[in-house]
Amino acid sequence: MSSRIFGSGIRRREDPRLITGSATYTHDIVLPGMVHAAMLRSSHAHARITRIDTEKARVAPGVVAVYTGADIEGALQPVPCAWLLPDSQLRIAPYPCIAKDVVRYTGDIVAAVVAETPYQAQDALDLIEVHYDPLPTVTDPEKAAGDDAPQLHAKDINGDDIPGNQAFHWTVAGGGDLDAAFAEAEANGVVIKERILQQRLIPNAMEPRGAVAQYTRATGELTLWNTTQNPHIVRFLCSVVTGVPEDKLRVIAPEVGGGFGSKIAVYPADFVTVFCSKTLGRPVKWIETRSENYQATTHGRDHVQDIELAATKDGKITGLRCTVHAGMGAYLSTAAPGIPTILHGLMLSGCYTIPALKEDVYGVYTNGVPVEAYRGAGRPEATFMLERLIDMLANELDLDPADVRRRNFIPKFDDGHEVVTTLNYDSGDYPGALDKLIEHTGYQALREKQKAGPSNGKYLGLGLSSYVEICGLGPSQVAGAIGFQGGLWESAIVRFHPTGKVHVFIGASPHGQGEETTFAQIVASEIGVDAGDVKIFHGDTDSTPMGWGTYGSRTTAVGGAALALAVRKIRDKAKVLAAHLLEASVEDMDYEDGKFFVKGSPDKAKTIQDIALMANVAWNLPEGMEAGLEATTFYDPPNFVFPYGAHLAVVEVDASTGQVELTGYTALDDCGPQINPVIVEGQVHGGIVQGVGQALWEGAAYDESGQLITGSMLDYALPRADLLPELDVISTVTRSPHHPLGVKGIGEAGTIASTSAVYNAVMDALKPLGVKRVDMPFTPERVWRAIQEAKGS
Amino acid sequence: MFAADFEYYRAGSVAEAGQLLAAHPGAKLLAGGHSLIPLLKLRLAAPAAVIDIGRIAELRGISTDGDGLRIGALTTHAEIAASDTVKEHAAALAEAASQIGDPAVRNRGTIGGNLAHADPASDLPTVLAALGATMTVKGSGGERTIDAADFFTGMMATSLGDNDLLTAIRVPSAAGRGNAYVKFSHPASRYAVIGVAASIGIGTTGGGWMAKIKGEPKETVCTDVAVAIGGLVPKPLRCSAVEAALKDQAPSEPAFAAAAAAVSGDLGDDLLGDVFASGDYRKAVASVYVQRAIEAAAGRVG
Repeated sequence: MSSRIFGSGIRRREDPRLITGSATYTHDIVLPGMVHAAMLRSSHAHARITRIDTEKARVAPGVVAVYTGADIEGALQPVPCAWLLPDSQLRIAPYPCIAKDVVRYTGDIVAAVVAETPYQAQDALDLIEVHYDPLPTVTDPEKAAGDDAPQLHAKDINGDDIPGNQAFHWTVAGGGDLDAAFAEAEANGVVIKERILQQRLIPNAMEPRGAVAQYTRATGELTLWNTTQNPHIVRFLCSVVTGVPEDKLRVIAPEVGGGFGSKIAVYPADFVTVFCSKTLGRPVKWIETRSENYQATTHGRDHVQDIELAATKDGKITGLRCTVHAGMGAYLSTAAPGIPTILHGLMLSGCYTIPALKEDVYGVYTNGVPVEAYRGAGRPEATFMLERLIDMLANELDLDPADVRRRNFIPKFDDGHEVVTTLNYDSGDYPGALDKLIEHTGYQALREKQKAGPSNGKYLGLGLSSYVEICGLGPSQVAGAIGFQGGLWESAIVRFHPTGKVHVFIGASPHGQGEETTFAQIVASEIGVDAGDVKIFHGDTDSTPMGWGTYGSRTTAVGGAALALAVRKIRDKAKVLAAHLLEASVEDMDYEDGKFFVKGSPDKAKTIQDIALMANVAWNLPEGMEAGLEATTFYDPPNFVFPYGAHLAVVEVDASTGQVELTGYTALDDCGPQINPVIVEGQVHGGIVQGVGQALWEGAAYDESGQLITGSMLDYALPRADLLPELDVISTVTRSPHHPLGVKGIGEAGTIASTSAVYNAVMDALKPLGVKRVDMPFTPERVWRAIQEAKGS
Repeated sequence: MFAADFEYYRAGSVAEAGQLLAAHPGAKLLAGGHSLIPLLKLRLAAPAAVIDIGRIAELRGISTDGDGLRIGALTTHAEIAASDTVKEHAAALAEAASQIGDPAVRNRGTIGGNLAHADPASDLPTVLAALGATMTVKGSGGERTIDAADFFTGMMATSLGDNDLLTAIRVPSAAGRGNAYVKFSHPASRYAVIGVAASIGIGTTGGGWMAKIKGEPKETVCTDVAVAIGGLVPKPLRCSAVEAALKDQAPSEPAFAAAAAAVSGDLGDDLLGDVFASGDYRKAVASVYVQRAIEAAAGRVG
């Protein structure tokens, strides 16, 4: 049984409590004497605060306290940026928890109210009078970098100017002579140029953000329940900002209802909630509304990309040159500088052999919500650039897009392949993935159908996307070298109880990914216990070992390795104890499916449960062996992992209205051996759908004055099940050579591939109509206008 | 999302609702709550009192009445969408109700609340305009009926007075005629970017004794053409130019296309648009949806 539990699609043990409403989220925490905070957010995207009058609010019914920027001075440090990108002229602007002099986006907090009920707190917000002197605004990252743009910040945290609102300028360059490659392509080959807008996206976790802070004056201890993907990072940074020492600070991530990157960052409102509790000596709850989530919880993407691709006339890529203006929003969020750079630029060569490339990334402050990681985080934007330009190259050369990919793929490799950006990919077979996808989907037959022309006014389009991504972040030595202000290892404690039941404590913090199930499967497969006998603990900094959190598709890739190695330590100890009990030498012992026995005598075995009891009672241990059966591992991976795959999107475009329908989607993903294929499929489904959302529906829009005009789900279109076809998910299995279980990450793969697949499909459908370029999302009006313009030209 | 304070009253009968309305000027009626509660939570509405009529049994249900349907104001969209009676007499109404929002909205939202709210992007007003429905209203002066054409007076505005309660909707039977509702749904809100309802009868012209002598064949033509459009206009609009262009024409693709093209004359310049779809764009593609609606309606005749 145990040998088959790895790879078994058992049901998620998390689901019964989630789907019956019995899970405990941050909002479900109720404490004696608890009061409620509400944040007054700026009504202007950029303005000087001239006066704040809080008197009426202070005397409103139920109000306990009102705080403004002046009140927190000295008590709360600015919100830290924790990814100090090296060699990039990084200029970090002060990020106050409550704005005092200037507001820089419509989510900036200008005051906080604490009241006995959330309704009273909300009522009192309306009574605070803030006088603003409006300033010019800019929300477009490229315009914000321009000479005539309004300057958002007077000085950075070191007292230096921030010319051009430039937060950083980061460059990646590698390979041969890029200028020569372009000169050659201009003369004898082809050069493809394109501008791509990766629009702002709103992550939309099902659970909004929130915090409950309980400060106990008598002990100086603080407990913070927080909607976070990484409670240990919150403890670390909360200690820095609030001054509560780490030993007296407990952070609990209870049930967390999705994050998609938006719950990585630490946020002003959470620290203000802590401040309120510390100041009042009462527990304080703050839960954002959905409107507030749109207005103030981090967004994703927001790139203006200018790309040039050099190639030979037979479709071999010879060079890639890009400039990206990445909107950072008003302040640098916790991990923001690393997203459009390290997680983007280093993956620029994708699954292809590109002899020379260079990318300049300008991080730019704008009057928008701070931008952070959003599912895929930098990698979808990189994959998109390549996959789009390759399709354009195919069009230019009148080749099939699949053929152009084949002409440029890195050949199959099993144990390392260094690419032009210095990364060493672990293993992959990119041509094999595409070939299998093409065969499985009947791609050629679809092309034949397409050649027959539109049917009923609907144009068929096919879009391919081949991808490789970097995840399982990552070696801590690399983290240090790239300026990440933390480690990137993970940890696990495995504890056997006398009856053979197992408790596992992990540093990572799943919030929907199902690791309570898959990690039990790892334990079961490694040591032969029933998966149902293994309980996984996570999300409480007082009871779990240090860990760096769940993001970057790293929990199974890094934390799963830590767990497997911890269980193997247990197995090693159990083998020694079994040998002792069987009066045999360790060298003569064998292990299979939870049983330890002398080679050749499996009938006289000690089960792992026998060993757990004997280790815990410790009546008869070998000399020098400690009692108990428990092991801890801190696993720092030797390299990242590099999952890959190939996706095909099929669309129909109605030329009379511009309506796009996604009619088919097939994903081939290779994340190595799958611990639980049902959970893998779920991750792929969710990932694909979020990527499709970017292509077809989603986009945060600001008006001229910096007001968010897609401020609710009435305007911001999320993907819905009835707008999607059945998703066809297939896989191949390529082990990671350096991972103890051979596994790679799968949380973001779908998103990384699907946006460009759908984009390419729509543009393929529009090709006979002469349309060259449409910005995402493909709203019917944009598509229709592009068709009209092409008709007119 | 926190509503401002309000007083809550529950009416047990239509009469009690009337008394509560008279006693609390400016009060809002709460039926299924799917228009009012979002407004309250966003603090776009802050009435001093809310009168819950949601449990008045006499306001609920679908029946046939004379030559048409009587639909109680508290009947939910889901009930309308699933009703065989509605499908028989007013297929377009069931079709529109089935496309409102999502299942949760359809299970709670009511036809009366929807009509009284008079959102220009709503589906049901357009259908009722095409089908020539009348609204039964109970006011302080007793009961009266209002034609759909007069009921909607503008964007989010109706001819309902402060003390009026919409109690029922009467829809003349369209059995024998074909009718359909076609919608361009907003991907986020599910409201209609464009919604078109059409009702068409097919009959014959000619065939009198002179024609018989001459041996002329009867000609099949569109009769009783009614087309209404919503979503891009402040209130549901009967498309008289489309109707005139199609009436007495033989049903054919070219005739439908020509009639649909006439919608641009009906629409005028007072068009709604948003960040998703501008008024210009909606106007430009409106004829596509008009054509689909009349084709679908004509295809269902008999």
